[in-house]
Amino acid sequence: MSESIRPGVRELQEALRSRRLRVDELLRSVLQAIAGSDAAQPPLGAFLSVVGEEDLLTQVADLDRALEKGDEIGPLAGIPVAVKDNICTTSLPTSCGSRILEGYVAPYEATVVRRLRAAGALVVGKTNLDEFAMGSSTENSGFGPTRNPLDPERVPGGSSGGSAAAVAAGLVPLALGSDTGGSVRQPASFCGVVGLKPSYGRVSRYGLVAFASSLDQIGPLARNVEDAATLLGVIAGVDRFDSTSVDLPVPAFQDSLGEGPGGLVVGVPREYFPDDLDPKVAATCRSAIERLERLGAEIREISLPHTGYAVPAYYLVANAEASSNLARYDGVRYGLRASGAESTLAVYRATRGAGFGREVKRRIVLGTYGLSAGYYDAYYGTGQRVRRLIAEDFQRAFADGVDVIFTPTAPTVAFRLGERIDDPVLMYLSDVFTVTANLARLPAISIPVGSADGLPVGGQLLGRVFDEAKLLRAAQALERAVGDAASEEG
Amino acid sequence: MTTSATSAHETIIGLEIHIQLNTRSKMFCGCRVEFGAPPNTNICPVCLGLPGALPVVNGRAIELAVSAALALNCELHLSSVFARKNYFYPDLPKGYQISQYDRPLATDGWLDFQEEEGGGVSRVRIRRLHVEEDSGKSLHDRFAAQTAVDLNRAGVPLVEIVTEPDLRSPAAARAFLGRLKRALEYLEVSDCNMEEGSLRVDANVSVRPVGGSEFMTKTEVKNMNSFSQLEKALTYEAARHVSLLRSEDEVEHQTMLWDPVRSEARPMRGKEEVHDYRYFPEPDLPTLVVHEETVDRLGGGLPEMPWQKEQRFIDDYGLPGYDAQVLSSSRALADLFEAVARSTPDAKEASNWVMGEVLAAANDLSLPVERLGVDPEGLAEVIGLVAEGKLSHGLGRQVFRKMIETGKSAERVMEEEDLRLAGGAELEVWVKEAIDGNPAEVQRYRGGEEKLLAFFIGQVMRKSQGKADPAEARQALIERLEKR
Repeated sequence: MSESIRPGVRELQEALRSRRLRVDELLRSVLQAIAGSDAAQPPLGAFLSVVGEEDLLTQVADLDRALEKGDEIGPLAGIPVAVKDNICTTSLPTSCGSRILEGYVAPYEATVVRRLRAAGALVVGKTNLDEFAMGSSTENSGFGPTRNPLDPERVPGGSSGGSAAAVAAGLVPLALGSDTGGSVRQPASFCGVVGLKPSYGRVSRYGLVAFASSLDQIGPLARNVEDAATLLGVIAGVDRFDSTSVDLPVPAFQDSLGEGPGGLVVGVPREYFPDDLDPKVAATCRSAIERLERLGAEIREISLPHTGYAVPAYYLVANAEASSNLARYDGVRYGLRASGAESTLAVYRATRGAGFGREVKRRIVLGTYGLSAGYYDAYYGTGQRVRRLIAEDFQRAFADGVDVIFTPTAPTVAFRLGERIDDPVLMYLSDVFTVTANLARLPAISIPVGSADGLPVGGQLLGRVFDEAKLLRAAQALERAVGDAASEEG
Repeated sequence: MTTSATSAHETIIGLEIHIQLNTRSKMFCGCRVEFGAPPNTNICPVCLGLPGALPVVNGRAIELAVSAALALNCELHLSSVFARKNYFYPDLPKGYQISQYDRPLATDGWLDFQEEEGGGVSRVRIRRLHVEEDSGKSLHDRFAAQTAVDLNRAGVPLVEIVTEPDLRSPAAARAFLGRLKRALEYLEVSDCNMEEGSLRVDANVSVRPVGGSEFMTKTEVKNMNSFSQLEKALTYEAARHVSLLRSEDEVEHQTMLWDPVRSEARPMRGKEEVHDYRYFPEPDLPTLVVHEETVDRLGGGLPEMPWQKEQRFIDDYGLPGYDAQVLSSSRALADLFEAVARSTPDAKEASNWVMGEVLAAANDLSLPVERLGVDPEGLAEVIGLVAEGKLSHGLGRQVFRKMIETGKSAERVMEEEDLRLAGGAELEVWVKEAIDGNPAEVQRYRGGEEKLLAFFIGQVMRKSQGKADPAEARQALIERLEKR
């Protein structure tokens, strides 16, 4: 683990600008740290592929030259960033953690990756994930699990477990994940970092390998709220290649930071603090809320009555879309093709049988069933209706004057590897507090609010759709409140 | 009512028609639409269905679809929804086709047509019109024992038009389709070329006793690649239904594939493979919104339909029916005719020239009429010169050709190419040659066969390459021949 990248983006950029640190040195230390993390026993397993130093020679030289001259440079100039392996890159393979795409290299780059490069970022590697982002522990990867850097016997969460672990282990200051039902926020919570899911449509999905198209959104993982805001500013904004991206101005998110929680109305929904919630998680969250209140926020208990239907509705919608999105992996054009099959149907069966893991198959079967003639209305239709009800719950709360909503990110701290892998329903309940933001298309962020049994606990804030600025402001206020509390205790 | 099968039964036909929209690029990406390009050359991440690629709607395709919907008198829905039609097939790269399902672009239209020329008008109701993308092509005969896939066609924009079962004979189906094709070609919505597949027709067929009101079990007939094959296939299938009903067998609900070589239809797939397409709204695309202003603009711009134009040419210009039909067959030809007719007093002469010389030039140069660059006023001028006797018809034709080739005015061409009626000394030479070179005919003429004068005029015209002034030549020949 390299100390040089423990600091956040701002400190790193100051070091680069003042030439105390050169881009090539930084890159070398990052690559060494990644190699070191995988040489450890047990290996961290955060990355599925990593660039070679020589791959970035030109970019690094250009950056060092610009920095030397004091040129105006991009907001992420020289900053190493890890990218979840379901986001297309031309420089590295994009496997989605699946054997069916093993070795697949995309011939085009995702919009977010282009924007990263344009901002001067160094894309250093692709991070591990649950296969096609389906899972909450990164144990479903076709290429082995990622471990939690804070306790190698525990999972980092998922599906963006590799990205969260890479940031938490100090290998990179920033990473991109994707969040369909909590896949950025839940691993952020388990690993003690910040994870943001933007409003649906805020960030282009072009080049994000689709899991559930109406729920997927790419988001930043970072060491602090300010860095997450910086990364969001780089990747956000309309994209003509994604018709679901929204043509709204992208505010300078950092400018809204630093204001403190005074005057903020924070809604706390009682449905997110059920009786069976881990008492230590509940207590940690309660104390964060108190802290905010003492700093001038108005805390208001609210009700989001349809919360209980969120997980089933989420799985009806997400699996249906997934069953269609994953139809293209048929062995005809790219990726795995099982050999020896004698007919087209046999090619499909053999390829998909061998290439997909258990969880992916389970979801394809469930989703196919939910769209079938005679069942569509009962399953997919119901899922969509509940989705509307959940969105309306939030609209009412915000209309009543609530600025942001606070909840625990996950009902537990990081669990042990293997603990839930054979119990899909228990695994699905890891997402119970996060799926609602995806269903309602809202921005939501997880930030560390304390610890329980030595493991981090994440608090989640949800904001009005496309008001990431206020959400980030509230998140930073909470981050500072919790930080001050910790230093007082320390 | 016409019945095709027997006098005791009537045939009920409904059509599902796929029309390839006349766009430069595909429905959801920028790839070119091009017939006959080398396999897999017009492809990109989007139409290949690569992981992570997303569709973006081609606005031009929507405009063309709206034009088609308006021409078919449909109720146009300003909000419509794309849906995924899910099925596995090697030439379907995403494993689903982006189409429209429960909220199509347009519904409830109609189109009138004549079952036979001069006959009464029948109306076919249009149930729906929606936009979708084409699949690629599976090539089964390219490599031995292997299927090859060409994805150039994947993502090409289509509209699907579904009629109500309002057609009552195979001939009516053919006539209706002819009218539809004419309308869509005229709107430049589509090339409607059945051989190239830009117009594809599936038909639902059933028969019932004349006077019945219930529909019997229908079959779907596919793979008819010309109008005559369509009529043949429907006739075959209707007769099959009748014979099944006669022998009190059941008609099985199935899809029949027409074999044009053996002139028979065979069942395509069994019941066990009935597809469940699992339609659901396409989450990668927002609701398709067509603005009122777009509809107004396109509705206002809808051209006169060809059959309306044909009638008008007869009424307004006094053209014979045949001329009116030929001239109204394409918008470019009709427009050119009208422009010429406006500049010349004789519409029939304008028609003769456009149908004759213009089409001949288009044919010789292998160019569509609109690309010949004909200046209508220039052509009218040539027609006038011929009428005035300042040019022979043959000379006029040469002048017109040169005008097309060079883009110059009639005046310039006549001057530069020396394409004028020649008389005087020049004419005398040709007259002399004609007489000196044909002593036998001179003998016969002088012996009383005066009709040979036409022969001598022809000789002069040939020798002069059409330049000789026919009136002057005639006069000079008579003088010479009578002079002994």
